[in-house]
Amino acid sequence: MSLAEILLVVLWVGLTAYVLFAGADFGGGVWDLLAGGAEAGRRQRTLVEHSIGPVWEANHVWLIFVIVLMWTGIPPVFAAVASTLYIPFTLVALGIIGRGAAFAFRKVTTRLWQQRLFGATFAFSSVVTPFFLGTAAGAIASGRVPPGIAKGDLVRSWTNPTSLAAGALAVGTAAYLAAVYLTRDAQRAGQQDLVDAFRRRALICGVVVGALSAIGLLVLWADAPALFTELTSGRALPLLVLSVVAGLASLVLLWRRAYVAVRVTAALAVTGLLWGWGVGQYPTLLPGLTLAQAAATDAVLAASLGSLAVGAILLIPSLWWLYATFQRDKTAS
Amino acid sequence: MILQLAASPADLMAARMQMALSLGWHIVVACLGVGMPAVTLLAEWRGHRTGDVHYRLLARRWARALGVLFAVGAVSGTILSFEMGLLWPGLMGVYGELIGLPFSLEGIAFFIEAIFLGVYLYAWDRLPPRAHLLSGLPIVLAGVASAFFVVSANAWMQRPSGFAVEGGRVVDARPWEAMFNPATPALTVHMILAAFMVSGFLMAGVYAVAMLRGRRDRYHRLGLLLPLTVAAIVTPVQIGVGDWAAHRVADNQPVKLAAMEGVFTTARAVPLHLGGIAVDGELRYALEIPYGLSLLAHWNPNAKIIGLDATPPADWPPVNIVHWAFQIMVGLGLALLLLSIWLALAWRRRRDLPRSRWFLRGTAASGVAAVAALEAGWVVTEVGRQPWIAFGVLRTAQAVNPVPGLVYGFALVTAVYVVLTVATVYVLRRLARDVPVPVAPQEPDVTGFKVV
Ligand code: HDD
Ligand code: HEM
Ligand code: HEM
Repeated sequence: MSLAEILLVVLWVGLTAYVLFAGADFGGGVWDLLAGGAEAGRRQRTLVEHSIGPVWEANHVWLIFVIVLMWTGIPPVFAAVASTLYIPFTLVALGIIGRGAAFAFRKVTTRLWQQRLFGATFAFSSVVTPFFLGTAAGAIASGRVPPGIAKGDLVRSWTNPTSLAAGALAVGTAAYLAAVYLTRDAQRAGQQDLVDAFRRRALICGVVVGALSAIGLLVLWADAPALFTELTSGRALPLLVLSVVAGLASLVLLWRRAYVAVRVTAALAVTGLLWGWGVGQYPTLLPGLTLAQAAATDAVLAASLGSLAVGAILLIPSLWWLYATFQRDKTAS
Repeated sequence: MILQLAASPADLMAARMQMALSLGWHIVVACLGVGMPAVTLLAEWRGHRTGDVHYRLLARRWARALGVLFAVGAVSGTILSFEMGLLWPGLMGVYGELIGLPFSLEGIAFFIEAIFLGVYLYAWDRLPPRAHLLSGLPIVLAGVASAFFVVSANAWMQRPSGFAVEGGRVVDARPWEAMFNPATPALTVHMILAAFMVSGFLMAGVYAVAMLRGRRDRYHRLGLLLPLTVAAIVTPVQIGVGDWAAHRVADNQPVKLAAMEGVFTTARAVPLHLGGIAVDGELRYALEIPYGLSLLAHWNPNAKIIGLDATPPADWPPVNIVHWAFQIMVGLGLALLLLSIWLALAWRRRRDLPRSRWFLRGTAASGVAAVAALEAGWVVTEVGRQPWIAFGVLRTAQAVNPVPGLVYGFALVTAVYVVLTVATVYVLRRLARDVPVPVAPQEPDVTGFKVV
């Protein structure tokens, strides 16, 4: 493997972690939005807040990690994507600000009207942000972001069928992951009625996301035939199959109330989709621009990857300690 | 199809203002993110050493505010990493890899910060005191490290090093040399010290206001004294480091130094200019201190100072903005030094705060003054680099995103920041008021105060 390929794998691992962890945090916001009135939805909102409170900042760092690796490792791709997709990314950035700040503010305010205001901001931006992130992914996947600075269509690059399908899929996936994770969290907290509520939502949401994925494939067939061919008959096919199988298995497991196992299969279903896209598109990053052409110099790649490896040595024990601390607390109390 | 346009002057201006607004906002919160954990740990440590409940309550209250500030710092920082590409693709597409290493390292530092912050805040009452105290140390170290990394990236923009370019692509990159470029040492040290000054003076200022309103109990006095002591120790060092930074500017970017000092013609024995306005190629109405600049910049009254005339006018930064920003920073720095000396003298004489109400008024204003010095310093650095985005290598106008409509983006971002500012200030004030400080804290008052 060349250094550039290693970097791309690390980048995709970061993206996967972001989708799985922060994606679920966004989904928590979606369920917050749908939880109903202030009184009726209070317990659900507390559960959501409790689940994402200590972790969302760490989960959020994955996005920064992905952005920074992009400009470090494949700078022309970063420049092309950010300049052509100026509009959706500006909205994403604002969504992230509104969401994170409102979440922190709601936690420390005490009056109902304040909690309502911040809560609504949090919930609304939790829906909007993944949607625009999804449209951007669709723009890249359907080859609408040409290399060069702002060479693509400012509007149609992310308002095309593939982008809209990807945006909807992103919101659906976030909501689905969150429902799956929250079911287990509610179970651990011993709140049986919430377990049932989130199980029902996860089931419905799983069916919807499955349907959205099928529609997405149809859209790809019409709109981005090259990627469609790779996904359905090329190297990416096994990953697509993995995703479908894991998705179906998740529905069965949910039905049978295996809430821990379904966390794994739900994550696998999403991972399969992401890596299928990545493998299907490789080695072309943007139309006419391959990884070899876009990659930074080897000196930079080696220095950055080396630093990340050293960083991992620091990070893994720290993370272990974080979880150990809270685990010990659980057993003690 | 969109035609390939160059950005209009209005769009370029909007992009620069947007960058300045979001960085200028983030930097204040980031400074608190670097300095406040250190002061909080200090209070917690004193609390354990002396058993004084006042210190322990202070530590808890500061930690709770930190939780909010960190969240706001994280999201306002994320916007910045987007904006590097949204606004300046011409810079990032070619040179992104050269500032990639420090930002990758910064990513690691952020992870460490976020992990240990989770432990420090959420496990306050679950860890033994010593372990809890230790869990705070990585937050401080990672905060200082991230300030170092991000400013070394900025230093590269002042003094691009460690690469060669061929056909629009970087070849022969030497990332470590780019990170440790000649502008890095002074700039990073100056920034890190500024973070401690900003935090110390701002925190002390809060308690000075309360004391002016008549709350003079031990809790408020300690809340003023501890952060103010930290800031007062840092201030004289900071002024020395500022002088070092100025020497580096003289070496690396003589045109910036000329703008800072309003020197139009290259000469020897150049006086120091205080105040004044640049009009038609000369500095008018300034107070001159003979030989001052030659002495300060080169330790020699007859040293030659390179003036703006050595550079074509098209490559000058806006002289008045840079000159005045520099004067404001230095003036505020000296004023803060006076306040620090006042505290030190009173402490040596009576082991107590100065009695004068003017001291409290000064302390109340010191936080704002430190923030103003911080912003002024960044205006010197960044506006003084114009019209280059990477000094001598790439012009700002060539780096900007050529899409139309950046002006609307700027308007939208500004509106969001106005709301964010109002909400942050409001929430922090509520946080202080909703749970009033007990007049004489007892042990249960302290342990009953939940951090998260
Ligand atoms: C509390 C804040 C603060 C205070 C009191 C001072 N500074 Fe400062 N200064 C900053 C905060 C700052 C900063 C954090 O805003 C800058 C911008 C970039 C940097 O690293 O530090 C800066 C930049 C900066 C630069 C520009 C460096 C460059 O462009 O490469 C110079 C020459 C000085 N400072 C010099 C001084 C002097 C002579 C001071 C003496 C009073 C002083 N500063 C006090
Ligand atoms: C390491 C951190 C920083 C980086 C990478 C950075 C990068 C940039 C970039 C890319 C621009 C736009 C190009 C330009 O107009 O020159 C810019 C402009 C600017 N930045 Fe920085 N900056 C950093 C730190 C800061 C901070 C902390 C401030 C705080 C106030 C700041 C203040 C400004 C200002 C005022 C401008 C506008 C310059 C003008 O109006 O001409 N910068 N910076
Ligand atoms: C000199 C200027 C800067 C300093 C000293 C600084 C420092 C910091 C610090 C200490 C934090 C974490 C503390 C907190 O969240 O309150 C932070 C957050 C962040 N900063 Fe900055 N920063 C600066 C400029 C920048 C720039 C130019 C970027 C963009 C490329 C950036 C990106 C970020 C990001 C993404 C975060 C959030 C990370 C997290 O989750 O904690 N910062 N910054």
